[in-house]
Amino acid sequence: MSVRHALLALLSEGPKYGLQLRQEFEARTGDVWPLNVGQVYTTLQRLERDGLVRAEGAEGESPQKGYQITSAGSQDLTEWLRTPSETVPPPRDELVIKVLVSLAVPDIDVHELLQVHRRHLVEIMQRYTRLKSEAPESDVGLALVVDAELFRLEGIARWLDAADARLARVKSTNLTTRAASVEDPLPSKEAAQP
Amino acid sequence: MSAAIELRGVSKIYGEGASEVRALSEVDLSVVRGELVAVMGPSGSGKSTLLTIAGTLEDPTTGQVLIGEVEVAGMSRNEKARMRRRSIGYVFQDFNLLAGLSAVENVALPLELDGAGAKAARAVALDVLEELNLADRAGHWPDDLSGGERQRVAIARALVGDRQLLFADEPTGALDSVNGEAVMRLLRAATHRGVAGVMVTHDAQLASWADRVVFLRDGKMVDQTGTPAGPESLLAAGSDG
Repeated sequence: MSVRHALLALLSEGPKYGLQLRQEFEARTGDVWPLNVGQVYTTLQRLERDGLVRAEGAEGESPQKGYQITSAGSQDLTEWLRTPSETVPPPRDELVIKVLVSLAVPDIDVHELLQVHRRHLVEIMQRYTRLKSEAPESDVGLALVVDAELFRLEGIARWLDAADARLARVKSTNLTTRAASVEDPLPSKEAAQP
Repeated sequence: MSAAIELRGVSKIYGEGASEVRALSEVDLSVVRGELVAVMGPSGSGKSTLLTIAGTLEDPTTGQVLIGEVEVAGMSRNEKARMRRRSIGYVFQDFNLLAGLSAVENVALPLELDGAGAKAARAVALDVLEELNLADRAGHWPDDLSGGERQRVAIARALVGDRQLLFADEPTGALDSVNGEAVMRLLRAATHRGVAGVMVTHDAQLASWADRVVFLRDGKMVDQTGTPAGPESLLAAGSDG
């Protein structure tokens, strides 16, 4: 999460004080990302150093410094907004690994294992949905953040369903193959005998 | 609290001999007033059978269904029909609105079938439509309504009168997520007023609106969610720069 660009976005509306930036940041992101005030000022100092914002008003003495976005800051913000986000999956997904590994472990029912994870996911989704349903519908920031998380979790739940169905199909195919080979044991070997 | 609907050891077998299919096996489920329970499972897991049996549209092969502590098997045909008209609302994926009736006539229909005068039924139906922000659609034919509006009218019809039970099968059907959410908010508002709801779905996001989610597999109830913790701790994750 780029606090730096979030602050630039808030400053693009007009000059603001540090504390005001913190409050607005939290309010606009549905209070989902708490931000400590030190983080706000450190970020503002870096932005000022890079020429993306300008401190105005107070001459160092007053604790209340106002900040204004510069034209370089506006340009940097626009570029960031339009840059595609990282969508490459993580190299190792822990859940996928667990399911793969479980296939080799005797006495593990993979369908039961998938269900354990499915239940856990649905329980987390229930909590997010409750959060959304109890918030006023006007809290668009919160709804957007919660939706993003719900769709991500739903994607995992759908993968579990797909894995469940695929493994069930593979199992029934293997059973059929095994049954067939029992009826006709090793014909090629017999054929090879003189 | 006593259960609004209870299934005790319900099994359902279709066909016999070699073609016998066991759709449900020994299912126990109890839903109290104000509670929404979602039933999740893949297709063929028995979800829809469970809903039609709980909704008294079909009888179990063995086991009991109790509605408000009264066993359904002990009711006469007429008693069952009256209970369905008065106490139970159904919402299906394909809306099931009658194309030849306007929105308000569709909603008033269950009341009229139950003997209410046309004028009184219409007034009650209009009130429900107004609650669902559909008052300006009252005179429209189902074909002139959007998908979201049709499903809201179907929900109005399911809720009209003094219903205590609501059964929903994939109630958001093919609606987009914003319209689907509006439908779920309506269902939740109904359960918050004291209606007991059972909803079957394969969709985890839809199921997450429920207080409790039970999971079916091959006709058996294999798992259910625990009492959910509050949402408070969800958003405590820190931020980075």
